[in-house]
Amino acid sequence: MSRKLIRGGRVIDPANGIDAIADVWIQDGRIDAITSVREESDADIDWRDTEIINASGKIVCPGFIDTHVSLREPGYEEDESTATGTAAALAGGFTTIAAQSDTCPVVDNRSAAEFIRLQAERARNCRVYPLGAVTKESKGEELAEIGQLVQGGAIGFSDAKSPVANSEVMRRALEYTRMFNRPILHFAMVPELSEGGVIHEGFQATRLGLRGIPAAAQDIMTGRDIALAELTGGRVHLMCVTTADSVERIRRAQAAGIAVTADVTPHHLLLTDEVMDSFDTMYKCNPPLRSAEHVQALIAGLKDGTLSAITADHQPLAFEKKQVELDIAPFGICGIETLLAVCVKALIEPGHLTWSELISRLTVGPAAVLGLKYGTLSTGQPADVAIIDPDEQWTVKASEFRSRSRNTPFDGKVFTGRVIMTLVDGEIRYQKGV
Amino acid sequence: MVLNNLPVSGPWGERHLLGLERLSAEQLTTVLDLAEHYDRATLGGTQRLDVLKGVVVANLFFENSTRTRTSFSLAARRLGADTVDFTASSSSLSKGETFIDTALTIEAMGVDMVVCRHRTPGAPHLLARHLKASVLNAGDGTHEHPTQGLLDIYTIRKARGRISGLTVALVGDIRHSRVARSNIHGLVKLGARVIVCGPATLIPSDITRMGVEIAYSLDDILPEVDCVNLLRVQFERQRGAFFPSIPEYANLFGMNGDRIRRGKSDLLVLAPGPINRGVELTPDVADGPHSLILNQVTNGLLVRMACLTLLTQERRRLQGGEA
Repeated sequence: MSRKLIRGGRVIDPANGIDAIADVWIQDGRIDAITSVREESDADIDWRDTEIINASGKIVCPGFIDTHVSLREPGYEEDESTATGTAAALAGGFTTIAAQSDTCPVVDNRSAAEFIRLQAERARNCRVYPLGAVTKESKGEELAEIGQLVQGGAIGFSDAKSPVANSEVMRRALEYTRMFNRPILHFAMVPELSEGGVIHEGFQATRLGLRGIPAAAQDIMTGRDIALAELTGGRVHLMCVTTADSVERIRRAQAAGIAVTADVTPHHLLLTDEVMDSFDTMYKCNPPLRSAEHVQALIAGLKDGTLSAITADHQPLAFEKKQVELDIAPFGICGIETLLAVCVKALIEPGHLTWSELISRLTVGPAAVLGLKYGTLSTGQPADVAIIDPDEQWTVKASEFRSRSRNTPFDGKVFTGRVIMTLVDGEIRYQKGV
Repeated sequence: MVLNNLPVSGPWGERHLLGLERLSAEQLTTVLDLAEHYDRATLGGTQRLDVLKGVVVANLFFENSTRTRTSFSLAARRLGADTVDFTASSSSLSKGETFIDTALTIEAMGVDMVVCRHRTPGAPHLLARHLKASVLNAGDGTHEHPTQGLLDIYTIRKARGRISGLTVALVGDIRHSRVARSNIHGLVKLGARVIVCGPATLIPSDITRMGVEIAYSLDDILPEVDCVNLLRVQFERQRGAFFPSIPEYANLFGMNGDRIRRGKSDLLVLAPGPINRGVELTPDVADGPHSLILNQVTNGLLVRMACLTLLTQERRRLQGGEA
């Protein structure tokens, strides 16, 4: 029998509408109760064998859930491994992640999915659910063995950053996955319009002479995916929404009852394409950083719940891969360890979202997308908990990342708000400075 | 040292020359005035000076260029500098040495200044962050080509005595042109009215935020224009077809004898070259009295001499300099 008490923190559990100073009791790895703050003098309580974690002045909330994380193993171990990626996730407050299928070989068969789970069990960090590829080798041509991937543990389906450009293939995929009640996590982008692009198509692209990726490249595909979700009754989740028009299309589709959800990254909420005049490859991500009017629309979409999840879109890349010219540098930001801090700067400090709203988009929202029961502190739930110091000022040091990679545009930048402890199944798996 | 007694002095203070966007009108004028001085002092670039004696200039060309590289080499040697040439057709696309590693290797040979041509926008900016040497952008993809912009402006100023108040049309492939961007930054700052004119597929609409006007009809604007700069159609940078055919392009945007007659009597015709005869302009225009194409080449030498001098001067100042 093991018992833990997380004492006196500001407990925020959006699923249960809780935001109060309280004690969280954990018994045998599960949430036992949330009570008013008790003192050790309280004789009604048996204090023997109770490990007390003082959370005074801290936020105590369900561990975060990420809908798609690139773990890079097998095939790209120079960037990340399951062990380092999940350790990074814990440091970011994440207790459950869906692993993206873009490994080499691609997770398009049952044994590949099982390998991801095996490596995650060995690492024993956070929970990992594989995403299976929608199409064989993510080529967008033939359906992958979706049924067998489900048997291998696939929580959903995604061809990662390769859009399923062929509408007929996407239609069949949405119809087929319906049988298993699994979502398709799609990267909505028209390849012909985005090909060769480096940054957002707009004034900055014109000024800097860089090939642009127009907002329309995402909007058109978003519209198509919504139409196909309506046609098939399948469930589509749009990854990394970055444009105002896409947000509006998703909002209208949801109002019409179509099964479409969407996520957004912290960097698309904090940064605009203005930063690109540094020509710094660390800012190169896909979709590209957009202009200020798009950022405003994303924040509005997040606030009203159109965008129900925030994802780090964690894309670790080995040092030398980004030390090249901007046009040939790969897209991606290693972001899972800085996610909370960036969200605080982009959303909490300007007053766009309350803490409860932010935590909801990191727990309840993504849990619903993936059909998982996690993301709450309800009694009886596995005790997956993140403890946040909302006031800690800290400087991002990429050299201290738990991730194997360092590709962040935030290195050396000062933020407020940091995850200081993460528990999975009631066990402390991450503690700042330990 | 001669360097400390330059006959022309104005504000400069730049360690690198990466683009005209960040230069002020005063800094631009400093370069133009020094180029004008060199024009006289070297009898049009034919005499040698020893202003840059002991300075080593490396030409790092990651993209094919004969004209610009030759012009830079000659400019450096006219001022007494030593030059090394490094040409690579491809860079870090292939496995092996990265672009930065290559530059660091060249720099380690004792190079003071690196003249860089690269197909990627921002490549010289990357070098400037990693090298101790001064970096001079000799064209970065479709971004900027500052010395070409300066030589075009110098050529116009020499012909007209001023830039302010003139109307200059940049004609052709604006989207893929680094020459257009450098011209725009320089001309707008010096008070010219700039019109960009070409097929709508090759003019990004938000370019007006750079202070220019857009025109899709060359014939409409011709009567108002003091100078046309005919940009080369960048067939190699285009992805797919941006206009239906070359004859249609020449018909709508090519400079020919008929259009010369309908323009101002003292219309100046510039072309950064290498020109596609019969596309951007007809041979009679290229070789006719309005054409300043060959003057541009000569002026390129002078402007580059001025840039190399100013960068060296700033470098010496930062290093504590010679008394």
